[in-house]
Amino acid sequence: MIRLSIPVRQALSRLTLPVLIAVAFGVMLLGKADAVLTERVRMALADALAPIFGIISEPIARVHDTVADAGDLLTVRSENTRLREENDRLRQWQAVAMALDAENTSLKANLHWIPDPAPSYVTARVVADAGGVYARAVLLSTGPNRAITKGQIALDERGLVGRVTEVGTRSARVLLITDINSRIPVTLENTRSRAMLVGTNNARPRLMFWPEGSMPAEGERVVTSSEANAFPSGLPIGVVHYTASNVPEVEPFARLDRLEVVRIFDYGLTGIQPPESPNRLVADRKR
Amino acid sequence: MDKTPGIRPRPTLWRQLDATSRAAFPATCTALMLLVTSFPLGIPGQAEWQPAAALACVFFWSLFRPNSMPPAVVFAIGLLADLLGLSPVGASIIVLLTVHGLAVRWRRVLVRQGFVVVWLAFVGVAAGAALLQWALTCALTMRLFSPAPALFQWALTAGLYPALAMLFTRAHRSLANPEQA
Repeated sequence: MIRLSIPVRQALSRLTLPVLIAVAFGVMLLGKADAVLTERVRMALADALAPIFGIISEPIARVHDTVADAGDLLTVRSENTRLREENDRLRQWQAVAMALDAENTSLKANLHWIPDPAPSYVTARVVADAGGVYARAVLLSTGPNRAITKGQIALDERGLVGRVTEVGTRSARVLLITDINSRIPVTLENTRSRAMLVGTNNARPRLMFWPEGSMPAEGERVVTSSEANAFPSGLPIGVVHYTASNVPEVEPFARLDRLEVVRIFDYGLTGIQPPESPNRLVADRKR
Repeated sequence: MDKTPGIRPRPTLWRQLDATSRAAFPATCTALMLLVTSFPLGIPGQAEWQPAAALACVFFWSLFRPNSMPPAVVFAIGLLADLLGLSPVGASIIVLLTVHGLAVRWRRVLVRQGFVVVWLAFVGVAAGAALLQWALTCALTMRLFSPAPALFQWALTAGLYPALAMLFTRAHRSLANPEQA
């Protein structure tokens, strides 16, 4: 080690903080200027941490499940009654659905309908909440060599979750539909009119740009629209809900605050890619 | 140079390892907390826990054991926090370094005070930190975010500090004390 006199050492130690703050500003500018680099570093870190997250997640998930089980035990009776009623109701719906399915099949056969290709999908575990205070995203642990690419669509068991924005070798980041950068073309199911679903970082994204004369109705179902070729049409998103200030928002079906497992679908769509760095667009154009 | 002369045990490898790990306790503990708070726990306000924990850790250790929380370590913690989330890179680094600088500067006064005074000082620092983070994020993404998350982050940070400080004070006297190695 180099021996320095005490005053020099003191001066150096006093300089460290200002120098590091300057470096932090440098990092900030670099992160702003070179978004591809930031993304690469982020995914490298996520890839490195994915196994650690996996290890941490085991005991936490176990504790979580135990607590949930204990809660279930207390409500098991009322829950049972509720489920029995729901089951009766769903059995009626099942009959309706089967009749409609049969009718639909025969109509499609008569019309020589070109069926949509069945999408392939992989299932991945959500290992981290990767958004921070001013963004909404989750990190998935995907395992090595999975064919996940940017722009693929994430759904949980109830509805649309978001789109894949960054892909590493064993992890992927999904931007949720509630993120402030999320814009999704949607269809209002009753009127079949188009609108945009705009994320606000709050629990419910906002509906915007619906055609004049077809106001979204309270409780109306909202599904994806295939406009711009970014989504297939008809994926369930949620239902319309008006706020106190009369702004239509969508209450998502997906349980975005407690995502555990999501399915990543590959619809082979090549439309608008999810929000990302402007540099990449240039690189794509050059090719 | 020996700052505290006296009789002490021989510095064997094991003892040095012990001392090093004790000195590394604050940084390791903070990094671990960043990872644990980014796990999807399904708790309300999940997103705000991470900056709250980082801020409380950096402030406490900068105040009571600055040798174990040097600026370079604070820088690394800030970078980790930024890269774990989607916030603009550099914002957390600047916030945490500022908090560290303030804690070190006020050290002589604050260390002699009781817990409540330190906590009140921290509440003030946390308000500034939440505001700075909000302003930096708005400036870097060129978008005006609602200040509600910043307010919530401030309240959570202020509320989290006493619990963490209680744990850390114990660790400070035992686990994280290199002199006990």
